[in-house]
Amino acid sequence: MIARHRTRAIAGLAFAALTAASSIVLAQPEDDPVAEYRAMMGDDNPAEFWVMRGEALWTTPRGPASVSLEQCDLGMGPGVVKGAYAHLPRYFADAGEVMDLETRLLHCMVTLQGIPREEALKQRFGDGARESDFEALAAFVAEESRGQMLDVPLDNPAMEKAYALGKEMFFYRAGTHDFSCATCHGQTGVRIRLQQLPNISEAEGARAAYSGWPAYRVSQGEVRTMQWRLQDCFRQQRLPQLEFGSEASIALTTYIAHNANGAVMDAPGMKR
Amino acid sequence: MNRAFTLAGLIGAAIMLPALASAGLAGTNDGAGAVLQQSFTAKGQAGMDRLDQDEVQRLCSRAPDGPALSEKEYAEIMASQEASVRYPADGQYLGDWRAGEKIAQNGKGFQSSDDPAQPSGGNCYACHQLARGEVSYGTIGPSLYLYGKLRGNDAETQRYTYAKIYNSNAFLPCSSMPRFGHKGILDEQQIKDVVALLLDPQSPVNAE
Ligand code: HEC
Ligand code: HEC
Repeated sequence: MIARHRTRAIAGLAFAALTAASSIVLAQPEDDPVAEYRAMMGDDNPAEFWVMRGEALWTTPRGPASVSLEQCDLGMGPGVVKGAYAHLPRYFADAGEVMDLETRLLHCMVTLQGIPREEALKQRFGDGARESDFEALAAFVAEESRGQMLDVPLDNPAMEKAYALGKEMFFYRAGTHDFSCATCHGQTGVRIRLQQLPNISEAEGARAAYSGWPAYRVSQGEVRTMQWRLQDCFRQQRLPQLEFGSEASIALTTYIAHNANGAVMDAPGMKR
Repeated sequence: MNRAFTLAGLIGAAIMLPALASAGLAGTNDGAGAVLQQSFTAKGQAGMDRLDQDEVQRLCSRAPDGPALSEKEYAEIMASQEASVRYPADGQYLGDWRAGEKIAQNGKGFQSSDDPAQPSGGNCYACHQLARGEVSYGTIGPSLYLYGKLRGNDAETQRYTYAKIYNSNAFLPCSSMPRFGHKGILDEQQIKDVVALLLDPQSPVNAE
């Protein structure tokens, strides 16, 4: 922690303490549209539709090879979906790299089904007009780990490297606004406007931030994956576009997931 | 930027984390590292050069469990950033608080999805409480409600407030607050307008 040895900074802190007292008098902002939506919907999460579509996609023969994804190895052996998402990202020896769920799904589409990479990537995010297979498949796979405990160990050098890189990315300041992930997600109990921000650099916040993804986004009417979440935060960070499945995206996901170890998986969740 | 400062920065970066070099993420004088170059693509107004770090960004990217800034680095950031502040030539710091309120509300600007032809905002409410009537405010920064009332509106306060918004790091190295003037997010008139929002006795920020 940097010593704030400037009188003005100290005055600023005293001022903050003063006004914090006065803010208590103000109407406490209530803002949880998701809670309202949940109350309206009961226990129904529209992500259920993505789960169903994802299961159909998983079992239907597709692509030039005309095979299903049922032989796809998500890390626990070919075809094992139950619990697989609770151990991702992980190192895959067959690919020689660390992969997250979306990247592994892409890998299986390309290597098993013979779908060209570019073709598969065209619909990485759905947009009303066009549905995304990734979002449906990710919802299905995540559902099969609901209730399981997240366990993403740094059990080999590739995982250690990914985590170290993700951590570095998390604190990497750049762009017009000097933001890093830590600007918005490095402290506990702060918010942007009324949006609560989880502190992803420690376990409790990382668990809250991670365990519900992929998630149905009420504001978009779509299921979104962690890859989507990260590229949208980079947009807010004023940086260029994060590439789907890029090394940086997987490193950051590894950083968040490992910090979140011990979380009880609860995805697909529901978000604002 | 003077040579000594650049050198100190390089030494600082080298001490920081040996892992940096091997991971290939750290910015170099040639721009961002290989992993970043391969992981992003330019989009809209957000070009790849946004990934390059200036000296302050580089020094301010250390994880909290890494080495803290040395006294010397701290002082050097403060000095170089203080020197960057361009005060208004007309000596006037107070603009129009009404325009300032619009700037404080506006979160648009510089995102790959934003139209560069539209004026960009300061998004002060994202992080600060300001006017009492606005309950949708963030808490990353301290509350600025009643700022002028508590601080007064003398020349020195006006000058400090202008400079703080122009370059937050001139007073607190590695602040979470953007360097609005230094990075060209807000122009001189816009900064004057938000200074007025904070200091003008008529501004809703100062209404109890
Ligand atoms: C991303 C967060 C963020 C944004 C956006 C932001 N600030 Fe800040 N601001 C902070 C933080 C954190 C501090 C306290 C640390 C410091 O002094 O730098 C601060 C401090 C200040 C201070 C100094 C307060 C004091 O007690 O001396 C002023 C004045 C200020 N901000 C004004 C503004 C204005 C005006 C805007 C919009 C044009 C703005 N800020 C936008 C985060 C932000
Ligand atoms: C300028 C602010 C800002 C920056 C910078 C930022 N985020 Fe976010 N992040 C947000 C906001 C706001 C939300 C909540 C958005 C929502 O629900 O609509 C969020 C949500 C998230 C979530 C989901 C949390 C949850 O509980 O569902 C994750 C994970 C996340 N961010 C990771 C990151 C990472 C990693 C970075 C850096 C690459 C980053 N963010 C940078 C503002 C930011």
